[in-house]
Amino acid sequence: MSKTQITAEPGIPQITITREFNAPRDLVFRAHIEPELVAQWLGPRDLTLAIDRWEARDGGTWRYVHTDTHGNTYGFHGVFHGDPSPQAIVQTFEFEGAPGHVALQTATFNDRGGSTLARTVSAFQSVEDRDAMVASGMERGARDSDERLAELLAKLQSS
Amino acid sequence: MSDDRLSLVFGALADPTRRAILTRLAEGEATVAELAAPFSVSQPAISKHLKVLENAGLVSRSRRATARLSRLEAGPLREVTTWLARYQRFWDESHERLDDLLAVLQAGQEESPPKAGDHSEGNDDE
Repeated sequence: MSKTQITAEPGIPQITITREFNAPRDLVFRAHIEPELVAQWLGPRDLTLAIDRWEARDGGTWRYVHTDTHGNTYGFHGVFHGDPSPQAIVQTFEFEGAPGHVALQTATFNDRGGSTLARTVSAFQSVEDRDAMVASGMERGARDSDERLAELLAKLQSS
Repeated sequence: MSDDRLSLVFGALADPTRRAILTRLAEGEATVAELAAPFSVSQPAISKHLKVLENAGLVSRSRRATARLSRLEAGPLREVTTWLARYQRFWDESHERLDDLLAVLQAGQEESPPKAGDHSEGNDDE
């Protein structure tokens, strides 16, 4: 079972991602705002991440490009709104393959006495935007779908 | 799968009774009476749920003698799980890397008191 919980409810243009980290809140927060640190974890290992800008302050902009093993590039950019704090990092998010389709992302970090619960809510302009983002923006090689189906059915049974 | 179809599938999956029906159908075809048996709801209510599942392409219905049989159509489920699986994998792997990084940073902090903005060499090996 994955430790990262992703919730995408039907009919609501949002995605919520929650994950507990075994580290103090300040450190988890730093790993989200310092570009040298972000570069070390954002995205799967088989994508190369190049951060152009990561100005974590009110009105600061950010941009990064993911390159896959075939040389395909996927650029993303946005703006930070308000000074980032562990209470909230608010930023817009736009996939350069679909300009004009912007999501508003709010990350919060809760101290759980030594560990930290990170929660990111992404609000999209429409359910269609959300579904397209999930389907295309994070495109990677397909895995054996029958295996996935078996997992889903197991989940259905236990819910 | 079109966005509309995806929404229909998600809508159909959003109900616990409908998920239970799908789980039952994963074992094989069933009549409405058989599907209704485990629940405290009427057969017409089950029929309504079946209609929703049918509209989403998750269930097909056929007739054998006088019985109307429902069967699971797994195709849309496969598409939905592929849809979420990629996204899930992206974040699973990112967060595992972040776990590693946080462990390295914490080890570094124990050696020397933390300073704001200090992330000098020695902390970035994976």
